[in-house]
Amino acid sequence: MKALRILDRDRRFAASRLGSVLGSPNARGRGPLSLDTSAHHQAPTSEWQELEVMLSGICGSDLALIEGRASAYFDPWVTMPFIPGHEVLARTAEGHRVVIDPVLGHQCRGLPVPDDVTAAADGHDYSHMVAGHLEPGIQAGFCCSAGGGWAERMWAHPSQIHFVPESFTDEQAVLIEPVAGAVHAALIALRSRDEAPLLSVIGLGTIGISTVAALRHFRPDARIVAAGRYPHQLEAARQVGADVVTRFDGLARALRRLTGTAMIGPDTGGGADSTLDCVGSGDTLRTSIGTTRPRGRVVAVGMPAEVTVDLAPLWHRETELVGAYTYGTEDVAGVRRHSFEHAIDVISSFPSPWLLSATYPLDRHRDALAHAATAGRRGAFKIAFDLREEN
Amino acid sequence: MPRPGFVLDVDRSTPPMLFWHGERFSLERLPADRSRVVYPAEPHPGLRDVRAEIRRAIAEPLDSEPLSELLRPDMKLTICFDDVSLSLPKMRRPDVRQLIVEAVLTEAAAAGVDDVHLIAALGLHRRMHDHELRHVLGDRVVDSFASSGHLYQHDAEDHENLTVIGTTDHGEVVEINRRVAESDLVVYANVNQVAMDGGWKSLVTGVASYRCLSHHHNPQSLENTRSLMDRHHSALHHSIWRMGSVLRDHGPRVFQIETTINTDAFPSPFDFLSKREWEWTARDRASYFATSKSLDRTPTRISRRIFHSIKAPYAVTGVNAGFTETVHERTLAEVYRQHVVEVEGQTDILTMGIPFICPYNPDSVMNPILVMCMGLGYMFNMYRGRPLVREGGVIIMTHPTYREFDPAHHPSYIDFFDEVLADTTDPHEMSVKWERKYAEDEWYRHLYRTQNAYHGVHPFYAWYWGAHGRAWASRVIIVGGHPDTVRRLGFTPASTMTDAFELASDVVGPRPTITHLHVPSVLVADVR
Repeated sequence: MKALRILDRDRRFAASRLGSVLGSPNARGRGPLSLDTSAHHQAPTSEWQELEVMLSGICGSDLALIEGRASAYFDPWVTMPFIPGHEVLARTAEGHRVVIDPVLGHQCRGLPVPDDVTAAADGHDYSHMVAGHLEPGIQAGFCCSAGGGWAERMWAHPSQIHFVPESFTDEQAVLIEPVAGAVHAALIALRSRDEAPLLSVIGLGTIGISTVAALRHFRPDARIVAAGRYPHQLEAARQVGADVVTRFDGLARALRRLTGTAMIGPDTGGGADSTLDCVGSGDTLRTSIGTTRPRGRVVAVGMPAEVTVDLAPLWHRETELVGAYTYGTEDVAGVRRHSFEHAIDVISSFPSPWLLSATYPLDRHRDALAHAATAGRRGAFKIAFDLREEN
Repeated sequence: MPRPGFVLDVDRSTPPMLFWHGERFSLERLPADRSRVVYPAEPHPGLRDVRAEIRRAIAEPLDSEPLSELLRPDMKLTICFDDVSLSLPKMRRPDVRQLIVEAVLTEAAAAGVDDVHLIAALGLHRRMHDHELRHVLGDRVVDSFASSGHLYQHDAEDHENLTVIGTTDHGEVVEINRRVAESDLVVYANVNQVAMDGGWKSLVTGVASYRCLSHHHNPQSLENTRSLMDRHHSALHHSIWRMGSVLRDHGPRVFQIETTINTDAFPSPFDFLSKREWEWTARDRASYFATSKSLDRTPTRISRRIFHSIKAPYAVTGVNAGFTETVHERTLAEVYRQHVVEVEGQTDILTMGIPFICPYNPDSVMNPILVMCMGLGYMFNMYRGRPLVREGGVIIMTHPTYREFDPAHHPSYIDFFDEVLADTTDPHEMSVKWERKYAEDEWYRHLYRTQNAYHGVHPFYAWYWGAHGRAWASRVIIVGGHPDTVRRLGFTPASTMTDAFELASDVVGPRPTITHLHVPSVLVADVR
C-alpha cells in the first residue's frame, strides 16, 4: 500500500530543523518524511481491525515533528519509523464510516484497565504508553507498532473506533478528532466557572476556531474574546460564536474594554477568567498569563515546545497554568461522555464547511504540508489527505 | 506690505504643487485648465514691542475698566491660559501667553493681590508636561507658582471642584471650574491662531466639565456648524455664546486678553513651505529636494521628532483686552484680515495635504482619527459662506495614515479605532451607542486626571469635528495611506494622486474641477 513514513534518520531531522529555523520552504522536503509505495504493516494482534482510510488531517503536531520543532520530551514516547496521521476518517470492512481515538491506551496494549480509566487518555499514570505489546507511542501516528492515517489502510483497536453519524459528511467527520481536542480544552477552561465567564482564545487556526465553537456550545452565556492573526480567522471566530474578535496585538485592550480594568504595561489589571492558548509560543503564553485575571486559568491547548516565558506574572497573579492533551471521558453536568460524542454535537451545532479548506492525494504530500504550514497566510484552516480515490 | 492670498488657476506651465504627507512632502501636478490653488496671504508684520502693546491693552481695555482698577488686595484672582493645543507649531520663546501672564502678575503685585491662581484651560485635552508649561509661561512664573500649588491644570473630572453657574434658555448647563466660578476676577490669556478660537469658547470649553461640553461637542452641533471658522454660522459657537451669556450674567467678572499671531510658521530650512511654488528660488528647490530626500530615508519617529521640535517664528499682530465679546470681535477682524481669501464658486474636488500635526498631537503621533479630524474637521472648515467643494463632491487628502497611536497621550483613541470604528463610522450612531461608555471609563478618567492622556471621550469629539465634512462629501480619498486603516475610517485608499482622481471620477465625472487648499499656512476661503 501507499503510505507516508517518518524515518529514523537523525541527519534528515537535523536538516529539517535547520530549514525550519531558516524559514526554508523546502525544509519539509528535506525532512524525515518519505512516500513508500509498497508499504506493509502488520496488525499488532488479531483483535485489531483493518480500515480503509478516507480522509486524514494534517495537525500542527505533525508539522512540528516533520519540521524538527517538536519537544525533545517526546523522544522516549514515540518509536520510529512510523506512519503519521491521527485525524482519521476511515471505512471498516463492513462499510461503516468510523473515526478513531488515536490514543494508545491500556486496551490497545493488552494491559489491564485501571478502575479510573474509561477512555484511552484517562487516568493518572501514563506508564502504560511505553508498555504492553506495542512499542512506545502516545498515539496512532506516533508509534511504529500502530499505523497512522497517512496511508491507504491502517489498523485500529476496537476500543479506538467511533462510528460516524449518517448525517455527517466526510468533511465534517474528519474534524471530529481535532474538535474533540477543543472540547476537552474548553471543558478544562470552564471548570468551576459558574457565572457567565469571560473567556479568551488565542490563535484561530483549526483548533482555535474549534475551541471557540466548543466554548460557545457549552456556555451560551459566556463572553468570548478571540484573538487571531488573519482576517478570515477573525471572521470564522465570529461565525462560530466569539463576541469580540481582535488581532493578537489588540487582545489586552479588548479585554480591558470588556472588564473596565486598567492596562498596566502590556498587561491588564484584571482580565479573562480563563484563557485558552491555541498557539503555545512564548509570546502567546506570556500574553495569556498577563491578560488572565489574578487567580484565573490559562489552558495550553496548542502544543508548546521549549519556550522562554517570564513566569513572574504567573507567580504574582497566582495563575493556574494547565495543559489540555487530546480527549477522554468528560463529565458535563454529571453525565459522562467521550469527548468525541461532544465533538459530534459541537460540529452539528456550528456548521462550518469551510473548516476543511483543502485536500490532497498522498502523492502531493509536499504541497499538502506546505499548504498546512502556511494555512493562515493562505486563508485556510484544516488541510487533509484525501484517499477516497486511492482505495 | 505682505501680498494678500489669492487663487491661482493651474495651466500647463504651473509647476507641481507641494503637498504635506504627514512627516513627508510630495509634489503633485494638478490637471491644467480645471484646477486652482488657493494660496494664503504672506505673513503680516508683527508688533514692534509686544510687551508695550500688552500693557497698553490692559490699561486701555475695550468696554471695561483698566485691569488695575479691577484689582484689590483681598480679592481672588485667577488667570487662565490656553493650553498646548496652541500654537501649532509652538512659538519661539517667549510665548505670548508668558508675556500676558507676567504683565497681569505685575499689575496684581502692584495692587497687593496675593490670592492668585494660574489654571491651564485644557478642557478635556491632556495635561501639559512640565516642559510645556515652562515653554508657555516661562520658568519664572512656573517656579513661583507651581511649588505652592497655585499653578495647576483644569480637571474636568474633579467634581468637587466644579460648579454650575446656570442654564441657558436652551437647557444647556454651564458647569465650570469652581475656583474660576468663585473668583472675583478671571483673566484669560489667549493666543488666537484661527477664527474658531477665543471669545467665550476660551472659558466655556477650557474650564468646563464633560456635561457642559457635551451640549455643543456633539454630532448635531458639528454637522450644523457652517463653518468652525465663522462663529455667526456655527451651531457650536451659538451654543457657546449662549453659555457665555450665562457666564456674563451669573459668573465671575472676566477680563479677556486676546492676541493674534501671523502665519510665519516655519523657519529655515522649512521656509520654502510657505512660498509659492513658481517663486521657489534655486535655493528653495535645493532645500525642498534635500529635505524631502532626507525625510524619505528617515524613520518616521525621527522625522516626527524633527518636526515637533520646530519653533515657529510667529510674530504677534494684535493684542486686545477687556470685555470678552468686544475683544473677540476685534480679534476676529484681525484674524480675517490675515486669513481671508476671496474665492469664486465651488469645485467638484478639494485636495489637501495633511501635515504631521493637529491641535491634539503636539509632541505626539498623528493617529488615524486625528488625520480625519485635521482633514475634515479643520481644513475642510477653512471657509466662510460655502465650502470650497460642492455638496456631494470628493475630498482628497494625502497622508500615510499609519495605524499608530501614542498610548500615553491617546489611550482611548486606540480603543476607539479598534472597537467603535469597527462598529460604525457614523457620528450620530456612535454618540448614542458608545460615547458614554468611553466618557465614564474609570481607567481613562485616571489617565486623564493623573497622567498626560486626553479624556476618554476625546476621540469622539475629534471624530465629530469632521462630521460636517463627512456628511458634505460623497467620497473621501486618502492618497498614500495604509489601505486597511483608511478603510476603517470609512474612506477610500489610493496609491497616487492620479489614482485618486480616477476613483473620484466615479462620483464627479471624468473632467472634474479641482481646488487645492495650499497648506501651509492658514487661510479662510470666502467662497461666493
